Amino acid sequence: MPKYAALIYGEQVPDGEWEPDPDQMAAVMAEYNEFGEWAGNRILAGEALHGPETATTVRVEGGKGGELVTSDGPFAETKEVLGGFYIYEASDLDDAIKTAARIPGAWEPGGKIEVRPVWEIPGA
Amino acid sequence: MGDSRGLNELTEVVRREGGRVLATLTRHLGSLDLAEDAVQDAVVKALEKWPTIGTPDNPAAWLTTTAKNAALDRIRRESRRRPKEELTMPPGTSWSDESLVADDLLRLLFTCCHPTLNREAQAALALRTLCGLTTAEIAAAFLVPEPTMAQRIVRAKRKIAGAGIPYRVPPDEDLPHRVEGVLTTIYLLFTEAHHSSTQPTAYRVDLADEAIYLGRTLHELLPDNNAVAGLLALMLATHARRQARVDEAGDLVLLADQDRTRWDRDAIGEADRILNNSLAGSLPHPYQLQAAIACVHGLSPSYRETDWQEIRLLYDRLIELQPTAVVAVNRAVAVAEDQGPAAGLAELERVHGVDKWHLYHSARAELLARLGLEEQARRSYRTALACEPGPADRRFIERRLERL
Repeated sequence: MPKYAALIYGEQVPDGEWEPDPDQMAAVMAEYNEFGEWAGNRILAGEALHGPETATTVRVEGGKGGELVTSDGPFAETKEVLGGFYIYEASDLDDAIKTAARIPGAWEPGGKIEVRPVWEIPGA
Repeated sequence: MGDSRGLNELTEVVRREGGRVLATLTRHLGSLDLAEDAVQDAVVKALEKWPTIGTPDNPAAWLTTTAKNAALDRIRRESRRRPKEELTMPPGTSWSDESLVADDLLRLLFTCCHPTLNREAQAALALRTLCGLTTAEIAAAFLVPEPTMAQRIVRAKRKIAGAGIPYRVPPDEDLPHRVEGVLTTIYLLFTEAHHSSTQPTAYRVDLADEAIYLGRTLHELLPDNNAVAGLLALMLATHARRQARVDEAGDLVLLADQDRTRWDRDAIGEADRILNNSLAGSLPHPYQLQAAIACVHGLSPSYRETDWQEIRLLYDRLIELQPTAVVAVNRAVAVAEDQGPAAGLAELERVHGVDKWHLYHSARAELLARLGLEEQARRSYRTALACEPGPADRRFIERRLERL
């Protein structure tokens, strides 16, 4: 069965303004649990990520074994922020889209899901 | 002599049967790319063999069998090079089942017009796979450089293969929506043909003919679908007037001034028949209403004798389903013909969001002129020109302005 990644994007929240409302959090979590139950074992992996303010970009300069360079923050400045992901099985793109459309991030304000096929590299 | 006739015959077969051959092969091979290569191989074989063995009785079957063998050869060669790669033919499937071929064509059409591909790519793929056009021909038809078009097609095919766009007819619950998508792509091809019809190039595939061909194919495959019948009838009835729509100088001719003897009566009759057969009971689809309007015009002996009340009533129903500015402006013109320019003008004043649309201002100017308000008409024509219309529309508006 082909695998797909659902990359869950949300709106960037301005620094210091994010104070999760416990009720709202609980409601969102309940929606995600509902999705998880519905999708069942078709989900192979899935995690939520801390915000881009916690991100570190890593690069090795000068080829393998070269100098490690880190910088604060995400690689790309975007208004849309990767908030989490799933890796899941679907029979084809139509099926993958239908599944992605049930992820709560798809309808949250400013939310959207990028669906990408997992590249099954032969022999990997 | 004989050779060139053979070549023409082959070109014609490939253009018209190639889609069916390709569709069947794609189902068996599970890969559009591999199927395309195999059909190419078969065409090359045909070029070699047909001059000596003669054109086969069933050229499509010959091409399918030859392409199948070519594909098997390719798979064997490939698997020798990359033994672990899974490239196998599903065993025991029939190659010549005619009832399957119709479904194959539908599968191919729905795959090429998948909503996750952009519209231009959808149109280009459909022209290439179903209409058998070359990339060069498609590029010329869309007035883009050939490498750009080649890139667009390659990218779309990569997405089909890589993202897992399914090769199948959508399930019933998705079908209406998916058919709408395919029709939008076909209609875009058709209107593209009309937009560029005033800039003829040296050799040019007629996109309108190709759009009608695709519409016909879809209508044969889904004969009970109202939207499909409506669009086919609309395209036929509109295309029937093409000879009269542009004069010798390449300028647009108003419906009122068109030489109706140059209209294609057979095409209008066919459009009317298709439309009538599709109008059973259910609520009409917007394409059917537009086709009905085109048929009322097409069947009317003269502009003056046009049944404007009928046309206005059809627009009344259309605007309920499609409350767009374009429909509203066209409806206002019908109201003007039915109830006089003042009534039409009143309708035009109620349309919003059309300030930058030249056809709105020129329609308004037309009605103002009919009311004898020449100064206002002039101003409205000048506003239309300020909207930067295309060359043909510009000349048309300039001539109207001069005549005032």
